[in-house]
Amino acid sequence: MSGTAAALQRPTASGSRLRAWLANPWRRPRLLALAGWGFVAWSLVPVAIAILFSFNAGRSRSVWQGFSLRWYVQDPNLSVLHDPILAHAVLQSLKLASLTMLIATPVGVALSIGLARWRGPASSASNFLMLLPLVTPEIVLASGLFLVFAHLYVLGGTRLFGTPAQLLGHVTWSIPYVVVVMRGRLFGIGKEYEEAAMDLGAPPMDAMRRVLLPLLAPAIFASFMIVFALSIDDFITSQFLSSGEGSITLPMLIYGTGRTGENPSLNAVATVMLVLSLSAIGIASVVLQRVARRRGTGETAARELVRFEI
Amino acid sequence: MGRVRARQGGIEALYPRGFWPAISTPGVLWLIALFVVPFYAIVATAGGRLDPIFGTTIPEWNPLYWQPDAFSYVLNGLTSPAGIFREVFLRTLWYVLLAVGLCLLLGYPVAYYMSRLRGRMRNLFLVLMIVPFWVPYLMRIFAWVNLLQDDGLVNRILAATGFVGPQTWLDGRPSTVILGLVYGWMPFLILPLFAALERIDPSLIEGALDLGASPARTFLRVTLPLSKQGILAGTAIIMLPMFGDFYTAQLLGTQKNAMVGTLITFYLTQATAGPAQARGAALVIVLALLVSTLTVYYLVSTARAARGAGR
Repeated sequence: MSGTAAALQRPTASGSRLRAWLANPWRRPRLLALAGWGFVAWSLVPVAIAILFSFNAGRSRSVWQGFSLRWYVQDPNLSVLHDPILAHAVLQSLKLASLTMLIATPVGVALSIGLARWRGPASSASNFLMLLPLVTPEIVLASGLFLVFAHLYVLGGTRLFGTPAQLLGHVTWSIPYVVVVMRGRLFGIGKEYEEAAMDLGAPPMDAMRRVLLPLLAPAIFASFMIVFALSIDDFITSQFLSSGEGSITLPMLIYGTGRTGENPSLNAVATVMLVLSLSAIGIASVVLQRVARRRGTGETAARELVRFEI
Repeated sequence: MGRVRARQGGIEALYPRGFWPAISTPGVLWLIALFVVPFYAIVATAGGRLDPIFGTTIPEWNPLYWQPDAFSYVLNGLTSPAGIFREVFLRTLWYVLLAVGLCLLLGYPVAYYMSRLRGRMRNLFLVLMIVPFWVPYLMRIFAWVNLLQDDGLVNRILAATGFVGPQTWLDGRPSTVILGLVYGWMPFLILPLFAALERIDPSLIEGALDLGASPARTFLRVTLPLSKQGILAGTAIIMLPMFGDFYTAQLLGTQKNAMVGTLITFYLTQATAGPAQARGAALVIVLALLVSTLTVYYLVSTARAARGAGR
């Protein structure tokens, strides 16, 4: 088809040849390809440069001065390992993400199974409630949480700001994502396996424990990882619910010192954050992909993950 | 026999009575305590009164005693030409609209290209497209802080090519902040657009071309209308968080680029004296109302499209 269309055009002058090339719908989409690959380069190169300069031997953020791990471990004062503020931010982020993962995932898994099976008006209302945080801008939820922790949920005169409030906030933000991840898998599995187990005489609770939950295990595992990544990336909730120095997370550190600090270890900190987030999502996507392949659903894990991120 | 009857209610009915509500309860209670109540706290604080001793805002939990002062202050600041909130709201609005417009303009060809790829190239492209989703947002913006320094790589490249002289990029110029917003949020727009474009049957486009429509006309009359749902979904996905985004402006700009989120952070969490917190809460409500009209518009139009497709 492209051959005939090209043959129909008689190239005369170079101007009309260009016009003919532009007007020919069957030509190779070179401009589109340029836009596509240009975008990929534009979106990845800045991050790649930041990672590269985290291994720079000198202080410059634009001149390469040789490879070193100075900003990670070697520098006695400024490296991530030795600067107490940086090291503490890494620990705070890890602590929050692990605790959030341990609380949000079980609560969310139970909620997803419950909502998938429970019928009635209260169930529809709960379902609606569960979806609301997904369409709420994070700053609105964070403002509300800030106000309840400032005025309402005050335990014996002490406010929960800092790790406890941040943890509660992160869990609230993560629960709907767990439900969405789980729901896809729950509907994919269907009820046949449980039904078969019960037909063979398994009591319902055994059918759940020994049939349904093992089938859901990959999705549960993926939920753990996604919650971890969400928590590592979170900025607004952590910022609103922090109590100052002691509860600074990695994104808060980048926000707070990104413009003022001359310290090149920030690149190293950002890289650490990237590695944490990448490894969590990477593990989740590998697990989901293996499950998708085994079940033959044909949906790539990557795409599924992206849907969850949204 | 009892078993057969129970089966008519599905396997759900075989579980102990009240089991499903019971396992949903922790999650539902959690969301009530830490999502619904906080929402109410925003309204209660906006309508709150001043503590007689400390002079700070205390929330008024009883709707009968809500004070309209903070609200009228914020509305006044939004409507009067010299109002302090007006400038920031208008700035946020035009930053967001411009950034979303640019995202659409630049993202559409990318999504379109991606939807036309096949085979191994397609998988490679898809993976590369998804990488930005996995990189923390603040790290991606911070990468630009490095590049746009006075002695950063961008200026060095500009100096080397000699077309444009070195610029002070981080001096609060709107273009830098808008660049940051476009860079940060564009991937989130491209994927829903891609999903919509991928569903378009290529034979529809070929048909239009075979019948003599020019490529431009084919695009405007066939491709664009068929991808409307993707455009709407992508726009909604990036617009909602962008209205609350203040960190991009903070990292890539100065106080001159303050956005609504900056004001909310300041009034709510930093300036707690006097009626500041009530005003901050009222600002949050105004923002939430603005955003929810967009959400409702999006949901209604999606529902209408789904109904149209079902017919």
